[in-house]
Amino acid sequence: MAERERSHTRPRGAVFVPRVQVMSADDVRRAITRMAHEIAERNRGLHEVVLVGLQTGGVGIARRLAETLADVEGADVPVGTLDVAFYRDDIGLRPVLPEAATDITTDLTGSTVVLVDDVLFTGRTIRAALNALGEYGRAQVVELAVMVDRGHRELPIRPDYVGKNLPTNREEMVDVSDEGVSLGELVSR
Amino acid sequence: MSGFPTHLLSMDDLDAAAIADVLLVTDSFAEVGRRANPKVPTLRGRTVATLFFEDSTRTRMSFETAAKRMSADVLSFAAGSSSVKKGESLRDTIETIQAIGMDAVIIRHSSSGVPARVAQWVDNCAVVNAGDGWHQHPTQALLDLYTVRQSLGGGQEGTEAFRGLRVTIVGDIRHSRVARSQITAYAALGAEVTLVAPATLLPPSLEGWPVASVSHDLDRVLERTDVISLLRLQAERGSGDYVPTMREYSTGYALTARRALQLPPEAIILHPGPMVRGVEIASEVAELPSARITDQVGNGVAVRMAVLFLLLGQGTLGGERHD
Amino acid sequence: MTDRNTPELVIRGGTVVDATGSRRADVRVSDGTVVELGEGLDVPAGATVLDAGGCVVAPGLVDLHTHLREPGREEAETVASGTRAAALGGFTAVVAMPNTDPPLDSAESVRNVYALAEDALAQVAVAGAITVGRAGERLAPMAELAALGVRLFTDDGDGVQSAGLMRRALQYATGLGVVLGQHCEDRSLAAGGSMHEGDWSSRLGLPGMPAEAEEVMVARDIALSRATGGRVHFLHLSTAGSIDLVRRARSEGVPVTAEVAPHHFTLTDACTSGFDPVFKVNPPLRPQEDVDAVKQALADGTADAIATDHAPHAPELKDLPFDQAPPGMLGLQTALALAVTELDLPLERILALLSWQPAAIAMLDRAHGGAQGGPVAEGSPANLVVIDPAATWTVDPVAFASRSRNTPYAGRNLTGQVRHTVRRGEPVVIDAEATR
Repeated sequence: MAERERSHTRPRGAVFVPRVQVMSADDVRRAITRMAHEIAERNRGLHEVVLVGLQTGGVGIARRLAETLADVEGADVPVGTLDVAFYRDDIGLRPVLPEAATDITTDLTGSTVVLVDDVLFTGRTIRAALNALGEYGRAQVVELAVMVDRGHRELPIRPDYVGKNLPTNREEMVDVSDEGVSLGELVSR
Repeated sequence: MSGFPTHLLSMDDLDAAAIADVLLVTDSFAEVGRRANPKVPTLRGRTVATLFFEDSTRTRMSFETAAKRMSADVLSFAAGSSSVKKGESLRDTIETIQAIGMDAVIIRHSSSGVPARVAQWVDNCAVVNAGDGWHQHPTQALLDLYTVRQSLGGGQEGTEAFRGLRVTIVGDIRHSRVARSQITAYAALGAEVTLVAPATLLPPSLEGWPVASVSHDLDRVLERTDVISLLRLQAERGSGDYVPTMREYSTGYALTARRALQLPPEAIILHPGPMVRGVEIASEVAELPSARITDQVGNGVAVRMAVLFLLLGQGTLGGERHD
Repeated sequence: MTDRNTPELVIRGGTVVDATGSRRADVRVSDGTVVELGEGLDVPAGATVLDAGGCVVAPGLVDLHTHLREPGREEAETVASGTRAAALGGFTAVVAMPNTDPPLDSAESVRNVYALAEDALAQVAVAGAITVGRAGERLAPMAELAALGVRLFTDDGDGVQSAGLMRRALQYATGLGVVLGQHCEDRSLAAGGSMHEGDWSSRLGLPGMPAEAEEVMVARDIALSRATGGRVHFLHLSTAGSIDLVRRARSEGVPVTAEVAPHHFTLTDACTSGFDPVFKVNPPLRPQEDVDAVKQALADGTADAIATDHAPHAPELKDLPFDQAPPGMLGLQTALALAVTELDLPLERILALLSWQPAAIAMLDRAHGGAQGGPVAEGSPANLVVIDPAATWTVDPVAFASRSRNTPYAGRNLTGQVRHTVRRGEPVVIDAEATR
């Protein structure tokens, strides 16, 4: 569950309490299939495409997109993972730890990078990801795929591939997993 | 995530959860270190000062590299430089540096307790102990832990591999800040620590120390050792007076080639450096694949980046909380 | 001695306590002497009245062990500031230690201190050095100093390391009728230590001074005292082992006396855990078992006196790293209250330990032709202290009269306060404030 841009620090030991399921497991599967097709259509040949999943919420989705592309297009699209903790613009304002080390083995120069994340919210994580990506070579094009766009953008960032557009209140939380997408709240224990 | 302390003065400041956080964050910084441009903007706009009253180019460079790789501004004050004259009071020096404005100060001093005192005098500034007298050298212990975790094949795992690990620390424990930090560090993660030293080189009291056993006979302990950590005889701290001769010390306590053969095949050898080849470690032993001394040095920068990140990047030092 | 025009004084409403016992009485003082005791005394015209309601009126306290620092370290303390602190602490006399610069090992240096103390708020007796320069090599001119009134000799700051020299000094001193005081510290055992060697020093990585560094010299000097018959007074004893040695020696009739300092019955070596040099002192703070032994010694008479070992140091020096900072704590203004607050002893016993017993050891009492230690009786010199045993106050080093601030008790609430101090009939402290 990667809700990095919450406006306040997650209280220790707080639990996500779902209120309503907005996508079922099947809905998620279909969205991944659709987005994979859209990626393939936009980037004919998929030769230069690299999927980069943001730690941790985007990694699973990136892998599933790669599997689908392999099945459907027979293409072997490389997958990398990216942790943006060190590039956040709110360092020193609140506690955050890197969730896992970045793992990008190919030089991204000249490639089409598709950043993959579970939830797009204020856009600050993507901005940090764009900065981080720069350390691995100069990508030709960077596109963005998200499972859920929940609105409330604070920066001029827009996704290229969206699983579902979901209007939300700022205080709500969106949880994305293979089992589905739910809307709920964080409750302190 | 546990709350990280405000200062890192001693390994006592970190519980097992905090240690685990350091090791985990170090993985990320190790990855940064492997890049062509090993730099992140994380501490841009922050100022880190190094205040080394005891000469140690290696450790100071390690800390300064760590700070620079995080885009921090680094102020370097070394003993013997005009800004750290003998006779200018430590307190005055700290006040001067604070007036310049610093977010963290990294201190090494030959007197135990100096970083602790400085922490009592500063405001809104994290103090990192880079070694104080015989007392503590926490980042050395942390990088040792990281090196061991690497060797155990830990990868992204937690610290469970340390539970029950048999760690033997050999040498001048009485005068060693590295030993004091290591003992606390390994024990915090559940390792079994054995101390091996001549009686005169053990501390006057081991009351309350989390040590499983003490031995004066290195040979007996070797086959029950997973990690052997060698300490240098601290001649500059007077340790030479505590043993009749260096030769007698080496005969009893040096890790010779013969002794290295008695270690279990998977055992690893650590040394905080600088090594005195021939005294506590045989030259050829230092070159064995099980000797991880170069790894230790290499890991130092990443571990220190992690420490600075956890001290300065957590919003726990004054300033506004982003609410 | 300046002829101060001291007014008549009446100390009214207090309970007089001295070595003879305690009784309700007002005290009238005239021309430096106690002239009348009784209930409901008349107040002569023009006389100053010191209110002593609810208070104890006792002979002024006598400190066997004070460092006045002058000459040589005036930035830390002077005879004037130190004696003011003494008077505020209820002391009408202090014995000044000889580790000044130059040390008090010559007639000239002793005369110099007497001159500085002429107008002081407390009497200053001088402890002369045992050896020249306190270097532990040759005997100082003890007879010359004794002729000037010096009765106690010590190399305090250091102990006399050579047994042979100590024995010779003892024999010589015995012939002169003076007493030798010993700061018991074997340098080869204590070498370089900055705190007690034990659990805490091991944990903190600080070099330590083991208990035996003190005890071997106590044992040695007891043997020398037994052999020569010479009197030895042990300064600031701090360990259970030392106390046991003295207890046994006394039971065998060996002529030794002992003092203890307040920090050794109120603080332990655990206090050094923050590396604050305000807790650095020599002998060092010890573990709880030793603190308990010191308290027991005060209760059972093994310790004859409480002496402050008042050791002022300029703030910059106490800001040095722990192992470099000089040892020592202020003591004059907190000693009485610490004894009242922390010792489970009746006030009479505490006064004995702080007043007439140290007066006797220093030979400043009436039996030796001195003016200290009481009793409070008609015709006796008016060196008095009025104490409120129930008053509580908070230690604030900034308010102290000392030039230095190195007290480990800052912020502590203590019980027992000096209200007035009278020196040679002159009220030098009135309502806890110095009159000059």
